[in-house]
Amino acid sequence: MSVTDTAKPKTAPGPALIYNPRVRGFVYQALLLAAIAFLFWEAASNAFENLARAKIASGFGFWHNTAGFDISQHLIDYSTTSTYGRAFWVGLLNTLVVAVLGIVFATVLGFIIGIARLSTNWLVARLAAVYVEVIRNLPLLLQLLFWYNAVLKVLPEMRDSLLLPGGGFLNNRGLFLPQPVFKEGVGLVLAALAVAVVVSVAYHFFAKRRQVQTGQQSPVLRVTLALVFGLPLLALLLTGFPVDFLYPEKGRFNIRGGMEVLPEFMALLFGLVIYTAAFIAEVVRAGIMAVPKGQAEAAYSLGLRPGPTLRLVVIPQAMRVIVPPLTSQYLNLTKNSSLAVAIGYPDLVQIFAGTVLNQTGQAVEVVVITMGVYLTISLVTSMLMNLYNRRVALTER
Amino acid sequence: MDATAPVRSRFKPAQLNSAVAVDLVGVHKWYGDFHVLRDIELRVGKGERIVICGPSGSGKSTMIRCINRLEEHQRGRIVVDGVELTNDVKKIDEVRRDVGMVFQHFNLFPHLTVLENLTLAPIWVRKMPKADAEEIATHYLRRVKIPEQAAKYPGQLSGGQQQRVAIARALCMSPKIMLFDEPTSALDPEMVKEVLDTMVELAQDGMTMLVVTHEMGFARQVANRIVFMDEGQIVEVNAPEPFFNNPQHERTKLFLSQILH
Amino acid sequence: MSDIATITDTRLAFVRTKPFDPLPPPIVNSGAIGWLRQNLFSSALNILLTAFCVLMIAWLGPPLVKFLIIDAVWDGASRADCIATPQRPEVGACWAFVIERLGFFTYGFYPADQRWRVDVFFVLLAFGIGWITWLDAPRRDLGMIYFFIVVPLLSFFLLVGLPVLGLPYVSTAQWGGILVTIVVAWVGIVVSLPFGVLLALGRRSRMPVVRMASVIFIEFVRGVPLITVLFMASVMLPLFVPEHLTPDKLLRALIGVALFASAYMAEVVRAGLQAIPKGQYEAAMAVGLSYWQAMRLIVLPQALKITIPNIVNTYIGLFKDTTLVFIVGIFDFLKTIEAARGDVNWAAPTTSITGYAFAAMFYFVFCYAMSRYARYVEHRLRAGDRR
Repeated sequence: MSVTDTAKPKTAPGPALIYNPRVRGFVYQALLLAAIAFLFWEAASNAFENLARAKIASGFGFWHNTAGFDISQHLIDYSTTSTYGRAFWVGLLNTLVVAVLGIVFATVLGFIIGIARLSTNWLVARLAAVYVEVIRNLPLLLQLLFWYNAVLKVLPEMRDSLLLPGGGFLNNRGLFLPQPVFKEGVGLVLAALAVAVVVSVAYHFFAKRRQVQTGQQSPVLRVTLALVFGLPLLALLLTGFPVDFLYPEKGRFNIRGGMEVLPEFMALLFGLVIYTAAFIAEVVRAGIMAVPKGQAEAAYSLGLRPGPTLRLVVIPQAMRVIVPPLTSQYLNLTKNSSLAVAIGYPDLVQIFAGTVLNQTGQAVEVVVITMGVYLTISLVTSMLMNLYNRRVALTER
Repeated sequence: MDATAPVRSRFKPAQLNSAVAVDLVGVHKWYGDFHVLRDIELRVGKGERIVICGPSGSGKSTMIRCINRLEEHQRGRIVVDGVELTNDVKKIDEVRRDVGMVFQHFNLFPHLTVLENLTLAPIWVRKMPKADAEEIATHYLRRVKIPEQAAKYPGQLSGGQQQRVAIARALCMSPKIMLFDEPTSALDPEMVKEVLDTMVELAQDGMTMLVVTHEMGFARQVANRIVFMDEGQIVEVNAPEPFFNNPQHERTKLFLSQILH
Repeated sequence: MSDIATITDTRLAFVRTKPFDPLPPPIVNSGAIGWLRQNLFSSALNILLTAFCVLMIAWLGPPLVKFLIIDAVWDGASRADCIATPQRPEVGACWAFVIERLGFFTYGFYPADQRWRVDVFFVLLAFGIGWITWLDAPRRDLGMIYFFIVVPLLSFFLLVGLPVLGLPYVSTAQWGGILVTIVVAWVGIVVSLPFGVLLALGRRSRMPVVRMASVIFIEFVRGVPLITVLFMASVMLPLFVPEHLTPDKLLRALIGVALFASAYMAEVVRAGLQAIPKGQYEAAMAVGLSYWQAMRLIVLPQALKITIPNIVNTYIGLFKDTTLVFIVGIFDFLKTIEAARGDVNWAAPTTSITGYAFAAMFYFVFCYAMSRYARYVEHRLRAGDRR
C-alpha cells in the first residue's frame, strides 16, 4: 500500500493535514498553552475573589510596615519596631549563616568518613559504613527533633549550667562563650596576618618558578603554615595580646555578656552537618573509586611517592567526579535548613513563611518571595556548576 | 633520523650497576589462601630480554608486578640491580625510579596532556627543571614517532598511540630495566605492530626487558630466553630456538600446540 | 668479566621435573592472625585507628545496650513506672510508654471500632508491594494494575467510608500516625511515577512549548525546599480554587508531596531514558510504531527496568520527606510521637528519647529494607547484563 502512497504527489493538500506531524505538533502545543493559561486565569480570578472576601490586602506594600515581633537571633540590627522587610533580611542572613557553617563542617566530616569507608582498616571501614547507613536512613526532621528535644533541651537548667573549659557555659538555653573584644594594637595583628597571606602566595609563585627553572622543590606547605600562624603570633606577642575576652557572667536567672549561641541553632547545625556528611561521604567514596587503580599504579611505577600520587594524579581526577554531586549536596543542605521551622530557629522560612505570613495573611506574596530566594540560590549554583563542568570535561576523541 | 642523532647521544640509557639486573630467589606469594607464585627462581642478566608466556591466571603479571613492588611477595628474595626489595620505603623508591613499566591498559593520566604525562615524573621525582624535562619528553616522543601529539590529551589518541606514549613516559625516567605487562593485549590488531616495532627498537638499544606477551613472533625476534609459566610456577625456561622447536615439558608442548597452529 | 652466559649458568635453561604443589600461606598471612594483621594492625597508623575505634565502641556500645534493653521498662501504666526511684536508680528506655500508645501511633484518632479498616488497608497494600517487588512473581503486569489502580480505589472507600456498604465516614482529620505516613508516602509513590514519566518525556520532547513547560516545572520544584511547596499547597491552594471546592488539609498536603515527588521522579526517569541507545528508538520507528507505541512497548520498559534502583532510592527520600507534613499540621507518625511525648501522663525524663528511638527504628526498618531491595535489583540487573 505504500506504493500507492508514494505515487501521489507529495504536496497533496486537504485531508492529510491532520496527519502532518508538524501541524499536529502545533495543535498539541497550542492546546497545552491554552490549558496552562486557563489554569492560571482561573487561579488568579479565584484568588482575587477570595482575597477580596477575606479583606486581605495584596501587593508588596507590607514590606515597609512595622513587623512588631521579636527575633531571637539577628546579625543585623533588629527590634520589634523594624519592618517586615528588615525581618526578611534577618531571616535570610540566619539561613545563610547556618548553611555556610553547615557546608564547611559537613564537608570536613563527609570527606573524613568517605575516606574512612575506603580504609584498609576493617574496623574503621565498618564503623564508617554503619554511620552512613544509619544516618541516611533516618529522616532529617527526626534527627533535628532528637538533637533539640532529647539532647539540648535536657541539658541542665540555667543555675546548674555546665562550666566549659575557657570560661563558657552550656545549659538548656544555649551555649554561652567568651566574646573577644579587640583593643588597640589588634590592627598590627591583622596586618601581620595579611602580610603572611600575601607572602605565602608570593612564595607559592616563587616556588613554582624555581621548580620550573631549576627543578628544586620547596616546602611550600610548611612555609605557608609557619607564616600564617607564626607572624600573627609574633605580632600578638609584640603588642602584648591586645584582645580581651568578655566572659559570660552567670546570674540567678540569666547569663549576661559574652556570645550566645541558641540551642535551636546548635541543633539545626548538628542535624544538618551529621545528615549531610553521610551523603557527602558516599559522594567522596564514589569519586575516589571512580579513579581506576591503574592510575595510582602507573604513578608508583614512575617512582612517585604516595603523597604526590594522591595530589597530582588521584585527587584531580576524583574531584571531577566529586564536585557536581557535592554541589547538589550543598544545595540540599541549604534547602534542608528550612526545617529550622520545626524547632523554632529563626531562619527565612520560620520568620517569613511562618510569622510574617500569619500576621499579614498575604500567602501568595510571602510564599513567592520565599521560594524566589531558594530558586535564585539553586539556579545560580547550577549555572556555576555548568561552567565548571565545561571547563574540566575530559577531552575525548 | 640523522637530525636526531646528536640529540640521541645525550640520552643514553642508564647503565645497571650490577651484572644481575633482576634476581628472584625462591619467591612465593599468596592471595588469601591461593598460592599464586610458587618457588619462583629467575635470574635476569644485564641487557637480557626475557619473554614470559603462559595461560591466563598463571601468575605472569603478578611476577613482574612484584619486581617493582606493585605486589608484595611473602617469601623469598627479590633483588633488583643489587637492591633487595623489603618493606623499606627508600629501597622501593630506588627500585621504582630505575624500573619502567608499561601496562596492558596504558594507564595514561587522562587529565594531563601527553607532554605533561611525560614530564610529570622527571619533574617531581628526578627534580628536573621543566625545560629539561620537556626536552627529554620531546626526544622520546620523536623516538616513538608521535612528536606532533604532545599537546593533545590521551583520550584523543588511538590505542596504539596511547601505548607508545606510555612507553615514552617510562623511558623519560631513563630506566635501567623495562617491564611490559601484556602491552599489546588491549590493542586492535592493526595497532599491535606499531607498538611491537617500538619495543624491538628498544631491545636493539640494549635495554634490559621483561615482557609478558602472547606475541610469539616478537618472542622469536628479540628474546634471549623465554619463560613459560603455569599455575604459579615456572615450568620451562629456554632460548627461543629450542623452546619453540623442542619443548621439553608436556605442559609447554600443549600450550604451544594451542597457540601456534 | 662476567657476562650473561656465566652469571645465569645453571638457570639459563630449566625444565620443571616435578610440580610444586600449593602450600598453605605462612601463618602471619592467613587465618585469624593473618586477617587481624592485614585488616587491623598493618601499620602504626592502623594500630592507632583500631585502638581509637575500639575505644569509641566501648564508650558508646554498652551504655546504649544498657539504656535500650537492660535498664528499660517494659511494662507500666504511667510515668510513675518510668521514673527513677531509690530502689531503682537507673532507668532506661520507657518502652511501656510506646506499648501503651501503640494504637495512637498506628491509627491516630481513627475511631477504635473502625480500626479494622486500616488493618485491611495495610494488608491489601502489603500484598501489592509483595507482588510487584518480587521480581519472579507470576503476572506482575496484573500486580501493577492491582497496586496502581485497584488498591487506591478500594482503599479510598475503605478508609474514607461508604455508608451504603455500612462503612461510616471517617474524616481525614481523625486519621493519624503510621496510617497517615503510609498514605502520604504511598500516594507520592503512586502519583509520582506516571507523572514523572510524562514530565521526563515532555522534557525530551521536540515540541518547544511542551519542553519548556516540563523544564520550568521540574527545575522550579527541585529548586525550592519541600517545606515551601507544602506551604504553597496548604496556604496558597485554597486561594486558587472557589471557596466551596477547598480541598481538606490532608489532600492539600498530598498534592504538595505528589508535585514534589513527580519532579524528582522525572529526573530519575530522564536519566534512564538517556541510557537507552538511539538505535532502540530508530528500530521502533523503523518497524512502523507510532511515538506512543514506541515509548510504551520499546523504550519505557527498558528505561524503567534499569531505573528501578534509582526509583527505589527516590522512594526512600520520599518516605523520609513525609515527616515534613507534620509542619503544616498533619498528624503523621512523627507528629503522634511528638504529641505523645508531651503527654503529662507519661512525662518522664526518658520518654522523649524512647519515643524518638521507636520512630528511628520504624523509619530505619522501612528505608533500610528499600535500600537493600534497590541494591538487590541493581545486582540482578548487572548479572542479567553479563548473560
